[in-house]
Amino acid sequence: MIEVRELAKSFGPRAALAGVSFSVAAGESVAMVGPNGAGKTTLLRILATLTRPTSGAVYVAGLNLARSGGQARRHVGFLSHHTLLYEDLTAEQNLRFYARMYDLTDGPARVGELLERVGLAERRHDLVRTFSRGMQQRLAVARAVLHCPQVLLLDEPYTGLDPDAAQVLTALLAELMERGCAVLMTTHNLERGLASGGRMIVLVRGRIVHDEEQGVIDPATFPEIYRALTAI
Amino acid sequence: MKFLAKVWVIVVKDVAAELHTREMVSAMLVFAVLSLLIFSLALDLRGAVAPGVLWATVAFAGTLGLSRSLAREQQSGCIDGLLLAPVDRSAIFFGKALGNLIFMAVVEIVLLPLFSALFDVALLRPGVLLVVALGTLGYAAVGTLLASIAVNTRAREVMLPVLLLPLAIPLLIAAVQATGGLVEGASLGEVGGWLRLLVIYDLVVVAVAMLTYDYVVEE
Amino acid sequence: MGKKRDTLGLVLVLASAAALMVALGMVFLYAPREATMGDVQRIFYFHVASAWVGFFAFFVTFLAGIGYLARGERRWDILALSSVEVGLTFIAMTVITGSLWARPVWGTYWTWEPRLTISAVQLLIYVAYGMLRASVESPERRARFAAVYGIVAFVTVPLSWFAIRWWRTIHPDIMTGGEGMAFTPKMGYTLLVSLVAFTLLYATLLRQRIRLERAADVLTRLRLRAQNIAK
Repeated sequence: MIEVRELAKSFGPRAALAGVSFSVAAGESVAMVGPNGAGKTTLLRILATLTRPTSGAVYVAGLNLARSGGQARRHVGFLSHHTLLYEDLTAEQNLRFYARMYDLTDGPARVGELLERVGLAERRHDLVRTFSRGMQQRLAVARAVLHCPQVLLLDEPYTGLDPDAAQVLTALLAELMERGCAVLMTTHNLERGLASGGRMIVLVRGRIVHDEEQGVIDPATFPEIYRALTAI
Repeated sequence: MKFLAKVWVIVVKDVAAELHTREMVSAMLVFAVLSLLIFSLALDLRGAVAPGVLWATVAFAGTLGLSRSLAREQQSGCIDGLLLAPVDRSAIFFGKALGNLIFMAVVEIVLLPLFSALFDVALLRPGVLLVVALGTLGYAAVGTLLASIAVNTRAREVMLPVLLLPLAIPLLIAAVQATGGLVEGASLGEVGGWLRLLVIYDLVVVAVAMLTYDYVVEE
Repeated sequence: MGKKRDTLGLVLVLASAAALMVALGMVFLYAPREATMGDVQRIFYFHVASAWVGFFAFFVTFLAGIGYLARGERRWDILALSSVEVGLTFIAMTVITGSLWARPVWGTYWTWEPRLTISAVQLLIYVAYGMLRASVESPERRARFAAVYGIVAFVTVPLSWFAIRWWRTIHPDIMTGGEGMAFTPKMGYTLLVSLVAFTLLYATLLRQRIRLERAADVLTRLRLRAQNIAK
């Protein structure tokens, strides 16, 4: 579902990513850990077609982003630090807007279904600006999965998430993966990464320094290895 | 058709958001009326000065609305939401520009009769309305392009007038001259040269915006 | 890297120095004394020459902007910003010489004469361009925004020119209704030489500014490398 080959991204003279290669299969979940400034957000933004790489090839859902970036967008969901929600619109108006942007044929039905799922159905006609942070995050999750993406990218999704929202997110992720969605999540919190239970990739200063199946990782010894990797 | 449909969805989104808060349009209106007041205290607003004051007011109030409209997309990273969706970047431009045009039009609908009544100038005639429409269109188009740039700078809203006003000079001169001519009784044919200039300006500016908006809106 | 002799730069410096001297000579010795305005009129040659260069520099920025958007290479951006800086100097000269000319001839420091007005407009656009560049942190975004602004701004300049000229035909400035200058062939040659001299001067300054910016880039890269090694 995701295939990255020799991906590099520089901002002027500064290299944010320096030759990253990996792939994620359908139904697979990957946690990308690394210290701040490692390039995790940059990598996600490239996969989400928000930024263009300096060099390298990226394939999402089988499409080459350099050539068919526009089409690839239909298959990608992105949960960012920001909520990407219009504060001056109601929850329902926000989701309906995005449903139309993604050309969803059953827009209103899908919106209703998701609002129920994230527990915001009673507040559907309230302005997002009146929502608590946890409610906004739940709505943001709904927005990210609205169009049933085949690839879901999450940038530090659990940071500052309240327990309710965290539960909703975990449940949704499990569902999506069962349906064959590929999930790539970044975090700078090692415990969180280990808890996700999937594969772990360690990104340090724009390079992958470790790529391991969860089953192989011993949660007891890994923190030591991680500290060594990131101290370089 | 999908393109136009998405343009319309963006316009509807902006109008809906504005209907909920009414902050932007009311700020533009209050500002416009205040400018009118200040200008009339400072100048004698009958005669040749009136069209100039009208367009200066529209231009300045316009920058308020343009900045605010694009700033709304910066809040909570919403512009990323638009960029993530499978929508042509130029559709985003047209959607925002059309929305901005509507907001400026709302302000003008209030401003024109007010102006006419207070300063004894006949502005509510078809010729003048045509000039206002053409001028506002061009201003909204180039303003949306430049506001999309300005909102991404350190100076933010302050940058927009600096960038926009020198480029709006041909539009403002043509609009003022055409309005002035029509108000003094000239026929549409007589101000035809100015109208042509307005149309050319509008076409050129929209074309450039369409071609370059991709580069402005990407990270 | 080593020190390379900048032959092109040297040639330009010598050529423009020579051309300027010839132009100065022609302006003061060859060109005739103008009938109505007297010797003050001699400023006209440099006024028009700098106006021409100012506009030409803007055109170069416009092309460089297109080049940058098409190719994404830093050298187009360097060309754009260098041309704006050098062009700004010439446009400022246009406005100043125009003002100096206006005072003794028409008794006022400013006249809304088309060429002077359009130069003032270009001056404002140049300044806006500079302010835009200064206000964007990311170098890539700065280059892109500047390129787009350079393109859209340049495109409005001919439109401004027409608008200003028509405006001035309808409402002629009492000061400058018609140029009021008796133009002779000798003046034509002098003007031509001045144009060439100023264009050469522009090319010289442009080359130096480009080299300066390239050197700054190298410095930044070296600094970053040093910082990385230190880590």
